[in-house]
Order: sequence, then structure tokens, then C-alpha cells
Amino acid sequence: MSVVNKVRINARTITDKEFFYGHKACAGCGGSLAVRHILKVLGERTFTVLPAGCMSAVGFNFPQLCFDSNAIISTFAGTASMMSGIAAGARALGLKDYHVVGIAGDGGTADIGLQALSGAIDRREKVIYICYDNEAYMNTGIQKSGLTPFGARTTTTPAGENIKGTVTTKKNMFEIVAAHGIDYAATASVGYIQDFINKIQKASEVDGTSYIHVYAPCPTGWGTETDVTIDLAKEVVDTGLWVLAEYENGEFRLNRNPKSFAPVENYVRRQGRFKHLEDEDITAIMQARDAKWEQIRTSWKLK
Amino acid sequence: MNRPALRKYVNPQFLSDLPEGPCYDAGHLVTVNAGWRTRKPVLDSEACTGCYICYMNCPEGVIFKSDDKVDIDYDFCKGCGICANGCPKDAIVMIREGEA
Amino acid sequence: MGQRAFLCGNEAVAEGVRLSAPHVIAAYPITPQTVVVERLAEMVEDGSVKAEFMHVESEHSALSASMGASAVGARTFSSTSSQGLVYMAECLHYASGGRFPIVMMNANRSLALPWSIYGDHRDSMSLLDCGWIQVYTEDAQESLDMVLQAYAIAEHPEVLTPVMINLDGFVLTHTYELVDIPAWEQAREFLPPYETVNKLDFDAPKNMAFSSNPGNNLEFKLRQHRGMLRAKELIAETDGRFQAIFGRSYGGLTEAYRCDDAELIVVSVGSVTGTCRTVADELRNEGWKVGVLKIRFMRPFPEEEIIAALRNAKAVAVLDKDISFGYEGTVFTNVNSALSKAGAEILKLNFIGGLGGRDISKDHIREMYRRLQDGLDGIAQENVQYLGLGVAIDERG
Repeated sequence: MSVVNKVRINARTITDKEFFYGHKACAGCGGSLAVRHILKVLGERTFTVLPAGCMSAVGFNFPQLCFDSNAIISTFAGTASMMSGIAAGARALGLKDYHVVGIAGDGGTADIGLQALSGAIDRREKVIYICYDNEAYMNTGIQKSGLTPFGARTTTTPAGENIKGTVTTKKNMFEIVAAHGIDYAATASVGYIQDFINKIQKASEVDGTSYIHVYAPCPTGWGTETDVTIDLAKEVVDTGLWVLAEYENGEFRLNRNPKSFAPVENYVRRQGRFKHLEDEDITAIMQARDAKWEQIRTSWKLK
Repeated sequence: MNRPALRKYVNPQFLSDLPEGPCYDAGHLVTVNAGWRTRKPVLDSEACTGCYICYMNCPEGVIFKSDDKVDIDYDFCKGCGICANGCPKDAIVMIREGEA
Repeated sequence: MGQRAFLCGNEAVAEGVRLSAPHVIAAYPITPQTVVVERLAEMVEDGSVKAEFMHVESEHSALSASMGASAVGARTFSSTSSQGLVYMAECLHYASGGRFPIVMMNANRSLALPWSIYGDHRDSMSLLDCGWIQVYTEDAQESLDMVLQAYAIAEHPEVLTPVMINLDGFVLTHTYELVDIPAWEQAREFLPPYETVNKLDFDAPKNMAFSSNPGNNLEFKLRQHRGMLRAKELIAETDGRFQAIFGRSYGGLTEAYRCDDAELIVVSVGSVTGTCRTVADELRNEGWKVGVLKIRFMRPFPEEEIIAALRNAKAVAVLDKDISFGYEGTVFTNVNSALSKAGAEILKLNFIGGLGGRDISKDHIREMYRRLQDGLDGIAQENVQYLGLGVAIDERG
């Protein structure tokens, strides 16, 4: 569908209002930055659903309630189903001019919440589902999720003599969602905030279901300094380990299609979770990246 | 005010002082986050050009626009340093908490 | 004016839902609940129900979606059975803790393993503590009427507690009887639109379903508990208001039949009560002083009513269509607790029957009364006995 943007939201035009404030997320949390911008772009007439997880744990401890608009915690598996219910209820009650957004982590999206997400897309609910991906179950103490990358050490994929951390690769959520024929899907990174904001705005104008998968570093879980969150979220894109793309009208589009990539070594070596990796492991990561890009460039039928 | 203000919270005396269910006013803040900081960002407003990169990158939303440039809400800043690290003009520096 | 029609229990519930004017219906199919969902889908299609019908992907999602709809102030209906009920167990607790006044029909059915699609009460009894008001209906008429009453109770601002209406699978869900269908205007008079401040609202934004801390969790749960206790008073009150408009009454939390001077009383839950009453009448004709106490609501538990009805009896048999493994029937545990607290030193026996749809016959019910009399006559009785057990219990069993 054609989307006509009204005012393009950027650093100058974005609302001064803060809707996620005073929360208890760790310093430097990429997830909370994502939530902050999602709510700023969507504005005050928004119903926000967050499952059990970091963002609900840090934002909803009565009497400290940090969402300055309507927000509710869902069950861990129930983000997309509760959003669907809100959308159905609001429709039945005749409400007008509002958004329903769900903001879930990688585990809440790719693992326990996948069934409900699939159902919501199938029903073509007018909702925006956003996965903030910090690549493990951080709220419970850094356990491996379906979106933990190869090589990463977590508390359930320890790195030792026999196994070097996570041996599986990230589930391809973006293409899983796209395979539903969803109205709009995109990947983003908090390292490229303007691109992320553009995509939230676009999702808000879609008449149907939208999915945005935003890369959101976690200093606590990744073993990094608190001030490099944005750097890492840029670098993961520049290295080609994370792809900025969109899916719309049955077609994929790359927002960045670099001829060459920034060195993976720099990205990996500054994170505690990859500390144990040897050169051959980094080579394996690069090979997997190249294979992924090869698949994208051949099968996505890019224009 | 463009962000929720800190309120004074009185502990309930009676059961009926509590909400009927887990449902209460949005943006009900009763504690600050300042105590989390070991370092604090300090802005050199002369050097600041008002590009708003720090404003856009702050996970807390504690940097806000003021007189075309920015200011910081120290009540809720956790001192992560993302603002200082990302400032193209080095207009924000992190100093040890309590130094200045 | 209303009309009369031949309806099965499922269809009667669908009529009750139509008359309750829900905004959102979210349910996932499971035998023997499917008919209610099918009828509601037809009603949405033909416009007689102006609700959003949600095709959810699981029972967990059915109730999760219901909570979302309820959270914006929509009247919401769901329906399930057995495995579906236990699959939504997390959401059952969530809905009561969140004070979402959802009404849901449960077609009582056995739980796997072994698999069985037939009726017993193990599904709902195993979730007695999930914070839902639980009512067990006896016939299609009561099932229809209880949907209207359930919304009135659930949505009361001092209750705000979801209601589970339990119908015995197949025996009630699939059996046809002549049912009075109330008129739309009467239903509107009885059940006003749902209004609450306990919702997400653009005029007064809320954070909902939040976390507590150890310093206030008990207080939140106590408020929830008191909401359920408040429902106790409202149930009889609501039934009275219902009678004034529709001319039918169900008596509140329990229904006592010929208990006043009864020496032997059978306590039952659900559709088997009709058979119990028939047997009681027969035994009365034979000179026995017997009665039947039907428990309509298992939560809130009608402790006072049970004590009042049973304390002058000489012996009581509690019929359970469930087992709390490693102990006894759940209904028995509850009834026994009430009687013990009242100091009623009478003979109390627990009969477990009807599991996986096994028939409970008139002979079985006669047998219960006979065992009570035997007990009174000094013949030792096992505390827990099994109705219609097809084999002898041996050492190695």
C-alpha cells in the first residue's frame, strides 16, 4: 500500500514528551531507548502491551509506574494475543485514532510468544509488534534464547573446554514474519535511530499488522561498558551481522546494501560474551554472515 | 512538564487506600534514579551546537531541549555516558559523582 | 416478549451470551464446547450479536485476548473445556488477579491421561484456587440464565472477578430441552452496560497488571479475596433481581431439596443432581428421611449455607466427579472443612464417581444413601468409596 507520511519525525520534530521515564533499567540499556522512541513516535493515544520481561520489570513496580500513557503487562506468551484483544475491544467500543503496540524481547518474541504473534499476523490485526532484541533472556539472568547468536556465552550456554557458548544461530524472525504475508515488517537498530523512527512511523500508518525487529544492546548481559550501546548497535549493522531491511507489498527491500563490511573482529572483541572466541570462530561468524547476504541478494529479488 | 513529575507517596493506611486491582495512574513516579550514578555528565553549553544526538540516544530521556540546546534532569540520569561518548563536539564530559 | 426453543446446553449459553451484548468473543475449539462457539459465530454473522469474534490460535490466547479486551472496558466472553482450561491456567490466575470480569463457559470434561472426551469435574476442580467464581449449572435453562447473572456479578465494582460457568460435558452441553429465551429488553433491564474505572483510558491513562512488592502483595491479594467474598452476598441478591424480572430463581449459592428434616443427605454438584432428587423422592416414598444439597457455587464457597443445610442431618454423602490424587474428592474436602469448623460430628462419606463420563445411575445414588444408613447402623465404612467400580481392589492394584 502507499503510505503518505505527514510530518517526518526527526530529532527536531519529535515530541518533547517522554512516555517512559524514571524506569529502573540498567544504565545504558538499549531496550529502554527503543521503548522510549516507540512511545514518542506513537504518541499519547497508544495502548502499549509488554510481556513479563525487562521492560515490564523495570517500568511497572507499584507505586513507581513509569509509563506515562496507557500500558499493561501481558503474560510472557501473551503479548500478541493481549494486543489483539485490546484492538478488538477498542474496535467494538468504537474508539478512534489510536495505536496498539506490543514491545517484547527476543525470548518473548522468538520463543514463548511466537504462536500468539503468528496468530495476530494471521488475523491481520491492526497492531504494531516490536521485538527489542538483546539476544538473550536478560531479565532472568542472561539465558540463551532463540535469538542468541552463535558463539555468545550465556548462563545456560557457558563457554568451556567442550562447548564454546551458543552453538546455534539466530532464528530468522524477520523472514518468519514476512512469510505470513504481513502488511509491513522491518528490521532496525538503536544505533540508527532515525531509520528506526522512520520505520515506527511507517508502521503506525499501515492498515494492518506491522512487525519491527530492533537490535538493542544490553551492557549487563553482553559484558560491555554502559556508554558503547549506540556504538555497538551501529557496528553490528556496519559489519553486516545485522541487516536493515523492510518487507512490504510482498517485497523485500534493503535499507543498506554495503559493498564491504566493517571488521567483525572489532565488534566481537569488545564484548565479554564473545571473549572466549578464537580466530577460527570469528571466521565462522563471517562465513555465516556472507552466506546470509548471499541468500538475501539472490532470494529476496531486490529491485 | 513534558515528563512525569516526582510525587510524594503516602503509604496506604487502609486496604481501601490501595487500588482495587493492579491498575493505577500512568506516570506515577515516587523515587529518583540519581543514586545509581558513579559518574555524571556535565554539559559545556558553549561547545554544544544543539544537534540533539545526545537527546536522541539517551535511554532515560533525561536530556531535554532547552533554549535551543539541551539540559539534563539529574534526578533521573543514571550516568551511563552514552551522551558524552556520542557527542561530536565533545560538549559533554563525564566526571566522577561528587567532584563538581 | 421472549420465546421458547429446543436448545442444548451449549446453545442455551450462546443465547445467554447474545442477550448479554458482549463486545468481544474469543475462543478456541475443543470438544464438547465447540457448539457454543459455532452458534456465536453464526450470531455474529447474521448480526444478532454485534461483537468482535476472534479466531485465536490457542486457549492461552483466547483468555489473553479476553483480558486485553476487558482492559479497555469491553464485555468479553470465552469458552473452553478440559485440556483447554488447563492450558489457560496461567491466564486464569492472571485474569482474576487483574480483576477482569470475563465470563467463560467451561464444558466439564476429563483430563488426560488417559485421554477421554467425556465429562467429569477434574478440569475445573483442579483450578478451584485460580480466583474465578465457579458456578455449576444443572440444565440448559439455568445455563442460559447464569450467563446474564454471571456478568451482573462479575462486573459489580466491588467484585470485579471473572466467572466460570461449568456445564457437564455432553450430558448438559449436548442434551436438548425446552428453554425460555428472555426478551432483549428484559435482558437490558437486568444487565446494564459494563462501566469501570479499572481500564486503560485516554482520559485517565493507567498502568495495568503491574508488579507488586513484598510490602504490598498481600494487600492486593486480600482485596481480590474480599472481592470474591463480596460476590457471596451478591449472588443471592442478583438471583432475586433476576427472579423479579424473569420469574425464575436458582436460590443462590446452594439449593437444598427436602433437606429440612432429612437424616441422610447427598451433596452433589452439576447435572447429576436431577438424578439425586429423583432417587430422594423414591426413597421418601419408601419412608426414608433423605434430602439432596446441590452446591451451585464452589467459589466463593457456601460454607454457611452448607452448615445450615447439613448440620442437623445424621449422615452426609458427598458425590465427587474428581479425585485430588493422594487425598480424596475436592468437594468432600471443602464440605468436610465447613462441617468440621461448625463442630458437626456427623458421619461423612465421600463417593467418587462419574470419572471420564462413567454413568452415575439411580442405583449408585441409592447405594450412597444405603451406605450412610449402614454407617449409622454401625457397619464400618471406607471414608472414600468409588461408585460403579467395575473391578475389585486387590493388593497389587
